[in-house]
Amino acid sequence: MIAEVGLALLWLAAALAALQLVVGALALRPEGRALAGLVRPVAVMQGLLVMGAFAALVMLFVTTDLSVKLVVDNSHSAKPLIFKIAGTWGNHEGSMLLWVTIMAVAGAFVALIERRLDEATLTATLAGQAFISLGFYVFLLIASNPFARLAQPADEGQGLNPLLQDIGLAFHPPTLYVGYVGLSIAFSFAIGALVTRNVGPAFARAMRPWVLGAWIFLTLGITAGSYWAYYTLGWGGWWFWDPVENASLMPWLAATALLHSVSVLQSRDALRAWTVMLGVVAFSMSMVGTFLVRSGILTSVHAFAVDPQRGAFILALLAIDIGGALALFTLRAGTVTEGKRFGLVSREAALVFNNVMLSGILGIVLIGTLYPLLTEAYGVKVSVGAPYFNPAAGMFAFPMFVVMAVGPLLRWRQDRLSGARSGRRLWPLAVCLALVLAVLVGVELTAHGIALLPALGLSVAPGLLLASLLPLRGRNLRRTPLPVWGMVVAHAGIAVALFGMASESAFSVERLAALSIGEAREVGPWRVSLDGMMPVAGPNWTALEANVTTRYAGGTPVQLHPRAETFTNPPGTRNESALETRWNGQLYVVLGEQAEDGRWQMRFWWKPFVPLIWLGGALVGLGGALALLGRVMSDIRRLVAKDKIAWRRMRQGR
Amino acid sequence: MSQADPKPRLRLALWLPLILFAALFALFVHGLTNPADTNVASAFVGNPLPQFDLPPAAADRPGLATRAFQTGKPKLLNVFASWCVPCAAEAPQLAALAQAGVEVDGVAIHDQRADLTRFLAANGNPYAAIGRDDQRAVQLAIGSSGVPETYVIDGHGVIRYQHIGDIRPEDVPKLLARVKDAGKGAGS
Repeated sequence: MIAEVGLALLWLAAALAALQLVVGALALRPEGRALAGLVRPVAVMQGLLVMGAFAALVMLFVTTDLSVKLVVDNSHSAKPLIFKIAGTWGNHEGSMLLWVTIMAVAGAFVALIERRLDEATLTATLAGQAFISLGFYVFLLIASNPFARLAQPADEGQGLNPLLQDIGLAFHPPTLYVGYVGLSIAFSFAIGALVTRNVGPAFARAMRPWVLGAWIFLTLGITAGSYWAYYTLGWGGWWFWDPVENASLMPWLAATALLHSVSVLQSRDALRAWTVMLGVVAFSMSMVGTFLVRSGILTSVHAFAVDPQRGAFILALLAIDIGGALALFTLRAGTVTEGKRFGLVSREAALVFNNVMLSGILGIVLIGTLYPLLTEAYGVKVSVGAPYFNPAAGMFAFPMFVVMAVGPLLRWRQDRLSGARSGRRLWPLAVCLALVLAVLVGVELTAHGIALLPALGLSVAPGLLLASLLPLRGRNLRRTPLPVWGMVVAHAGIAVALFGMASESAFSVERLAALSIGEAREVGPWRVSLDGMMPVAGPNWTALEANVTTRYAGGTPVQLHPRAETFTNPPGTRNESALETRWNGQLYVVLGEQAEDGRWQMRFWWKPFVPLIWLGGALVGLGGALALLGRVMSDIRRLVAKDKIAWRRMRQGR
Repeated sequence: MSQADPKPRLRLALWLPLILFAALFALFVHGLTNPADTNVASAFVGNPLPQFDLPPAAADRPGLATRAFQTGKPKLLNVFASWCVPCAAEAPQLAALAQAGVEVDGVAIHDQRADLTRFLAANGNPYAAIGRDDQRAVQLAIGSSGVPETYVIDGHGVIRYQHIGDIRPEDVPKLLARVKDAGKGAGS
């Protein structure tokens, strides 16, 4: 019954999306004005219906309804409740339903609260949102129905891949999806503005919080995903340049660029066409990523839900949505008149530079991800990894860090680096000098056996951290607006993460050891000893758990318990690593197989300052959240003030 | 759009994203219609077999040496083991190939004579010769990463083709064609 209700709700939502598109398109014509009032309620209703459909699917997973094919294929009655719920989106159909749910709910949200955008552009935006949603509804209903029943209910489900039965994975995909799909709002805004030719500061003001919201989730999703891969895959690495990781990084890069260009458009009415372009590109990257992951045309560690048929469907959607948006851009961008001009040394110029560098990194990642596909077309197999990505991306990233340190200190429109009278103007110059010094220190570090990139990272990061705090200098901290705090925190987060990455790559110590019980080893400053082994059991797994005593530089001993888990439904194994975090790094212990002579193969890493990578990521997300909060609060204050004025006028009888 | 355009060159730049996307789209269509071959072929394809001389693995078949492949006739070299389940599954296909007149020689990996005798009795014995490779020396030397794998060797002892995994019924004509090609190549 629940499955049928869910399917019916999904069909109704799809019908409403079609209505939203048609009504929205008609309302843009002068003779259809009267219909404009219909678009917002339809969008809200569509969001509610699809939420109902998603709730129905979650219910089916929670109750483990074994007459539903998707539940049988991906769940099992003995699974803990949290992973039953997470199983809803741990598969192709469910994750696509989550995709349209977020898309429709975001649209409903815009319809409900967006009041700054002019009505025509908003109508066009919602029609655009309905247009992309409609494609995904068709995809779901025709090619990936999550509610399909089995003719004969199964006795038991197939279970969920053990790697996915992890609390990190319960929250990582939904977070990332809110980010990916949230960018569809920016895409629709761009389309709406192109249709009405209304690109300006008001449009940018309206668009910015939506971009910011999606970007916060994307940042947190990538950070969480990186940490999840780090501790569950047991490889000790935190980023693998895997196509699926790149698929999440590319929208983030585009959204980061968009976030900065939209603030130029908002404050200075410049970069009009470029901002619109980035709005299209950011969500396009989300869609390209989804296509790459699900069509299986690239080999990836995340090879889930791979199916060429579905790939063809998504490719058709790509062609229609991205091709259509870019065609519109080509036709209309010429009439979106050029914005204001600005000097070479100005806040705008720094932001443009940052945009170009981010786009450069985006290009590097895109080319590296697709290069194997390109050579495959000529019959040559290659795999592209860190030796390409790290230096190529670094080439753009380091100049960007330098400008990122200086940019926030510059003035809008025109600034001067020299001939400064006030002390404030000297800062950019000082920062420049400091960074040159940092680069020299970095080059010096390479003489001590540290590779160039980590050396540069180590020397640039402290200066960058300091420089990112400088915008607070001379301000009354309690009166500093939240968006400024947001920028400072986010930029500091980048510096913190950079230091973590550089330190991990420069100072990590790895030990592979075959230990018998009672034996000990040195790992960097640590002394680890294997004290014992015991069997343990969980709800749907059994495991061997090692008892490892670790001691940092002769300090108090700490017990760690890495496990080798064996899952029964479906059969599979997982090596649950054990981590010991200190303020200056992390010890990472993995239990491997037992060798023929009875010794246990174990792997140890000492990774100085590695948690800073994720701490930095979280700070970047927090910075975004502060900026968004500041914006929402100022909007609320404005609304309250408006109400007060209206109320006074009413009382005075005007 | 009606007024005179002061910067026609800028307009061209506006087409760039669309053109780039079209190229990307073409690449995706190509990638989707030509699924990548995820097998990593041995780098030894095109090279002569390394020198080896393996003792017999079964009582009723001779051992296997490199010179057995230099008779001018193309042959199949099957890397297998009695403990390997897919090897049992591909036995009927090997029998069909032998039936079609192709000589099939085997290299048994990490095997015991008793196990092998039982395996051949249960699944049939299409092999003209079976060499015993306890150290996986020959297997590694010809770039085989697992069992079963089947190589097409031409009459001069040069590796012409590598089939990774078990031979399915639909692979039989493909392999026969490969053997025929190898025969032509060796004859000329």
